[in-house]
Amino acid sequence: MSEVSDVDRQVADLDGLPRKNGELVFEAPWQSRAFGMVVALNQLGALAWPEFRQRLVDEIAGAGEHEYYASWLSAIERLVLEHRLLTPNELSRRTAEFAAMDRDEVF
Amino acid sequence: MSGDDVHHPHPPTDLEARTLALESLLIEKGLLTSEAVDRVIATFEQDIGPLRGARAVAHAWVDPEFKQWLLAAPKEALTGIGIGDHQVEELVVVENTPAVHNVIVCTLCSCYPWAVLGLPPTWYKSAPYRSRVVVEPRVVLHEMGLDVPDDVEVRVWDSSADIRYMVLPERPAGTEDWSEERLAEIVTRDCMIGVAQPRVPASIS
Repeated sequence: MSEVSDVDRQVADLDGLPRKNGELVFEAPWQSRAFGMVVALNQLGALAWPEFRQRLVDEIAGAGEHEYYASWLSAIERLVLEHRLLTPNELSRRTAEFAAMDRDEVF
Repeated sequence: MSGDDVHHPHPPTDLEARTLALESLLIEKGLLTSEAVDRVIATFEQDIGPLRGARAVAHAWVDPEFKQWLLAAPKEALTGIGIGDHQVEELVVVENTPAVHNVIVCTLCSCYPWAVLGLPPTWYKSAPYRSRVVVEPRVVLHEMGLDVPDDVEVRVWDSSADIRYMVLPERPAGTEDWSEERLAEIVTRDCMIGVAQPRVPASIS
C-alpha cells in the first residue's frame, strides 16, 4: 500500500499543499460529521443530492483551491436555510453558543 | 464530536462550532439522528472501500462473460455479484486495453463512484488534479508515477452528478494462475481511478 501513499504525497506536493496522507479520509472529526450529515440527510429523504452538489460546486468555485470541507459545510448550511429547515437566526445563535463553550453536547 | 475533543479546554474553531450547531439543530428538528451520521461515517470509512471495486475487477479478469456484462450494464453486473446500493444514476466502466488508457476526474467538484471505490482520496479533490488532468493527462500521470507510452491513447472521463466512472485495468502478465482473491489484492483504488496500474510484487514473480 506504500505506492498509494506515494502517489498521494506527490500530488499533495504538486500544488504546495501541506503534506497529507491521502489514505486518511478526514483530517478532523468535524469534517467527517459534515460529510456524514449530508449523506444521512440524503438517505433520510430530507435533502436531495443534486441540490447539494450544485451548491458544493458553487462554494468550491468561490473558495479557490483550499478548504474543501469548509466549502462542503457552507454548501449544507446554505441548503438547509434555503429549504427553511432552519432559520438563519437559530443557526447563528447556536453556532455562537458552541463557539463560546456554552454548549458541549457530545455527538 | 467524539472522544477527548469534547473535554479540551480550548473553544472550538469556527468550522467546528458551525458543524456542531448544524448537527444539534437538525437532530432537535427530528431531521437527523447522530446514529445515522455515525453509520454513514463508519460505512464509508470501513465497510465500503475500494475492495468492492477490486472484487469486481478480479472477477471480470477471470470470467470473460462477467466482464462483458460489467462493461455493458455495470450496475446490474455488480448487483449480480452481491455489490448493491450503488447510490448513483449511472455507472460507466471503462476498459483499459493495450491501445487505450482511461483516467477519471471530476472537474467541478468531487463526483466519484463511492459505492465501489469508497471515499475519494484527498488529491482527487484537489484543484490541481481536477484542472490539470484534463489539459495534460500524460504529464499528471507521469508525476504520479505512471508513464503511458506515446502510442497508447489517454482518455479522460469527467464525472458528473448523474454519471460516475470506474476504470477496468488490464490484468498484468504473470498472474495467469492466480486465484480471484489474490488478483483482487493488487487492484488498488488508484488503478480504478486510472492513475496507476496493477503490479505484480517483485518478490513473487
